[in-house]
Amino acid sequence: MSGPSKYTPKSAFARWLERRLPILSFMYDSFVAYPTPKNLNYLWTFGMILSFMLVAQIATGVVLAMHYTPEATLAFASVENIMRDVNWGTVLRYAHANGASMFFLAAYIHIFRGMYYGSYKEPRELLWILGVVIFLAMMATGFLGYVLPWGQMSFWAATVITNLFSAIPYVGTAVREWLIGGYSVDNPTLNRFFALHYLLPFVIAAIIGLHVWALHVTGQNNPAGVEVKDEAKDTVPFTPYATMKDAFGLGAFLVLYAWMTFFVPNYLGHPDNYIEANPLVTPPHIVPEWYFLPFYAILRAIPNKLLGVIALFLSIAIAAMLPWLDRSKVKSGSHRPLFRKFYWVFVAVCVGLGYLGAQPAEGVYLWSARILAFYYFLHYVIVLPFLAKYEKTEPVPDSIADAVAAKGGASHA
Amino acid sequence: MSTNDKAEPSRRDILYVATGAAAAVATGAAVWPLIAQMNPDASTLALASTEVDIAAVPEGQIVTVKWRGKPVFIRHRTQKEIEREQATPLTDLPDPEPDSKRVKKPEWLVVVGVCTHLGCIPTGHEGEFDGWFCPCHGSTYDVSGRIRSGPAPTNLEVPDYAFLSDTKIKIG
Repeated sequence: MSGPSKYTPKSAFARWLERRLPILSFMYDSFVAYPTPKNLNYLWTFGMILSFMLVAQIATGVVLAMHYTPEATLAFASVENIMRDVNWGTVLRYAHANGASMFFLAAYIHIFRGMYYGSYKEPRELLWILGVVIFLAMMATGFLGYVLPWGQMSFWAATVITNLFSAIPYVGTAVREWLIGGYSVDNPTLNRFFALHYLLPFVIAAIIGLHVWALHVTGQNNPAGVEVKDEAKDTVPFTPYATMKDAFGLGAFLVLYAWMTFFVPNYLGHPDNYIEANPLVTPPHIVPEWYFLPFYAILRAIPNKLLGVIALFLSIAIAAMLPWLDRSKVKSGSHRPLFRKFYWVFVAVCVGLGYLGAQPAEGVYLWSARILAFYYFLHYVIVLPFLAKYEKTEPVPDSIADAVAAKGGASHA
Repeated sequence: MSTNDKAEPSRRDILYVATGAAAAVATGAAVWPLIAQMNPDASTLALASTEVDIAAVPEGQIVTVKWRGKPVFIRHRTQKEIEREQATPLTDLPDPEPDSKRVKKPEWLVVVGVCTHLGCIPTGHEGEFDGWFCPCHGSTYDVSGRIRSGPAPTNLEVPDYAFLSDTKIKIG
């Protein structure tokens, strides 16, 4: 957003405040007058849904922390205490645990929307990279939080994930002992994980601030993948148009969230996590939370410890390189017939890896995971650069207004 | 300044660099405790050793004891197992180590019960080599605790231990 503010203070207090801290005009220009492309579809409501989920997680998390005890001999019992004795404790804990899943669900839809419509392309590269950083911070926060109930899955997740760092040559073991504060996962680990789990959401909030700032500098991408040319013809003000659409999208999303929380609160959990942590017994089948499964499948697919860990980190980091791997001038997948097909293959591969991550690492499952993990990287480093060079794209509309008109504006015009 | 670019460094230049260097050292000194506090604390380091009475472990059995928060497997090996492990050719091993290097007395195997892949606890008397099998990612170990297949990079660790008597060992 540039140019003078469209805000005019109406009351004496607003004028007084504006001269000293122009926060009202900032809010007005960012969330009321802000021009949004008029062809945005419901996939564009997930940014707002994600902001809501962060607030919901912080709100439920802060109140849960008032009853939780981050000490190895008391943590499990304190969570049971929340479930049985604390007023509304069951609802708060289920809302927080399922909230994490809903947060990741919304993040994945948001990410795949960006991938389909080329939202990472010039001039939105930095916006996209900030998104990848937020996703990494979300993964760290989700993992740290999963450890806190101190059940069997918590304990062994902490053991397995911190052991990833022991794969680093020479200093790996020292790094791991520094991370967990001992020779094995124990009270010091739990204590610091609680501190960091409380800290990271606020770091995420700060990066989201940068993400939204960058978004408001470049403006939103849109399904047609063409930039705004004429603000009057191509855009509508954020309020009421985007505000209402976001509110409706959020409402629909909350139906699912509420259903998960109230009707199937343990559907995505693991029964083993209702057994208190036992450092001498590993559960027979360790699986991470569903939102980590594709990455877990990639880790297990590679029969070498260090290379497996490198592939795991690379599978996330490579997303940050998208703006330079896909250099096609056409942004939106709507105008790229071949890209569209490969996009859906890629989505299927990611879902497939997720399925395989939950299966035992043997036989046909292991080999399928290897093939899919190979394709996952192939998509980034071969398919996308190749398509950018050789794909024959469909004609791109001249403007957002044209795209809207072409889509059946005739009957509604 | 522009008139004497190649002149000797002035008093001000030296003060400038010295101030910067002092600030860098002070920042490092201030950050160090913030980082180092995460290392294992004195009470964790103090739990260094454990004594175990092994008289009651019958031949063929494995007992698990806790040492530094981790399980240690003490396996009373049978004559057949000992012979098989001693006869295993080193070329069959991903992390070649003769059985004799891994035990102090052939009938007693003492290893840290933590899979060298990602830290799960392998289950005993299972897997192709009848040693251990890790349920997490499928690594198999033989009766010498050596890695035979799967993603684990190295053999099960042999901790520092000593026989205090024929029936008592001290780990750590």
